[in-house]
Amino acid sequence: MDARVVTITSGKGGVGKTTLSANLGAALAMRGQRVAVVDADVGLRNLDVMLGLENRIVYDLVDVIEKRCRLRQALVRHKQLSKLYLLPAAQTRDKSAVHSEDMMWVCDELREEYNIILIDSAAGIEQGFRYAMEPADEVVIVTNPEVPAARDADRVIGLIEAEEKGPARLVINRVKPEMVKRGQMLSIADVVELLAIELIGVVPEDESVLIAANRGEPLTLSSNHSRAGQAFHDIARRLLGEDVPFPPLREPGMLERFLRFVSLD
Amino acid sequence: MNSERIIIKGIRQGLLVTLREGEWSGLMSALQAHLGENPDFFRGGRMAIDVSDRELMQAQIEEVRSMVARHQVELWALLSEDATTQSEARRAGLVTELPWTRGPQHPSEEAKEPPGRSVVVRRTLRSGQSLRHPGHVVVIGDVNPGAEVVAGGSIVVWGRLRGLVHAGALGDEEAVICALELAPTQLRIAGHISRSPEERPSKPLPEKASICDGSIVAVPWPGE
Repeated sequence: MDARVVTITSGKGGVGKTTLSANLGAALAMRGQRVAVVDADVGLRNLDVMLGLENRIVYDLVDVIEKRCRLRQALVRHKQLSKLYLLPAAQTRDKSAVHSEDMMWVCDELREEYNIILIDSAAGIEQGFRYAMEPADEVVIVTNPEVPAARDADRVIGLIEAEEKGPARLVINRVKPEMVKRGQMLSIADVVELLAIELIGVVPEDESVLIAANRGEPLTLSSNHSRAGQAFHDIARRLLGEDVPFPPLREPGMLERFLRFVSLD
Repeated sequence: MNSERIIIKGIRQGLLVTLREGEWSGLMSALQAHLGENPDFFRGGRMAIDVSDRELMQAQIEEVRSMVARHQVELWALLSEDATTQSEARRAGLVTELPWTRGPQHPSEEAKEPPGRSVVVRRTLRSGQSLRHPGHVVVIGDVNPGAEVVAGGSIVVWGRLRGLVHAGALGDEEAVICALELAPTQLRIAGHISRSPEERPSKPLPEKASICDGSIVAVPWPGE
């Protein structure tokens, strides 16, 4: 089938991989896609909490790999979205329980039933990153507009290029326009210039993201329109091939600069 | 002469050392002399050694490995046409074939060059990536923070230079470093080290750095 496996990774931890996975999964499912989100962060699982599915987990990824259940038994369907499924990570095991070959066959089976498979990778460049990359057709790199996160993203893009995975595309998360304006944060243009890969999302800092995560309900599902929720929807549309313009971040000069940069590429 | 019995060239995965004619112990001391004379160039590098059709036993392989390790060089591959050497190398946990199959431009542009000559790298070097070559290095792309280029000769970056570069790492004080935007984390030429000035010009200009009266000086490039 023409299913796509999209791995979401970052290098640095805490930049918003899981938030993006949950919100993107929901946004894509709302657009009629059959979506499986795979929590590949074995031992530190969070995706189930963000999706509000923690209490419905019976089996997990490691159970599937070690043949204690069939793949279909481990997939948890979302409460509201009938096309969104979660393959949870094991919490009581660690990364050594999963190997690249395991991820390959699990994803090959998922490809039969789903249009889009989102893999929420672990942070770092070790095994948890490697097995999440193995089945990827495409990669989404998440970073924040700060120097350490951008450095780590650069490192990871280098590894992805060496493995010939890709194309890798970029989401810049937690952008605070006021801080950029005051010169206290890297601007979007700075990050895009350093990393030199296609930008597919800019998510503004928004406290509703935190509230949604605590409530276990993806922001993209919510009816009151937050700026971050809108940004996640835009990323979903761009992933599906739509041409969606970037809305201004209250910094018009800046926006023009980075759009020009993006279109040059 | 050392330089004729031992050929060192930069490849994608680090340095490739080719041992030519000669008896083993002589070659080993020649290699050791090389390592000892140019510690800055070799330190922290990864080395593959091509021993052609020599038959080596575990003990000799370990001898090379520990010898280069004393100079902080990691031996990761041992190439040979000899079947015994190959199996002994694998037993020692070494790679016995260079993975040329990767990279769209394989065999990589770095590898095809004759030893000691220039290499042209047509990609951006990202954080964590390292390029070592005994000759001159031209990078068409950026050198990002966290990446490093170490060259025996000069370094030209047709792009932004923000990582660490070391030109003349084999001791050549005449080596220069040029970049369209010269803003490296650190600049080294032969035995000299300098940092970029703290304040960055708002509009970057191409610059050339070289040794002038014993310290590294950057001037607009091309100059008059």
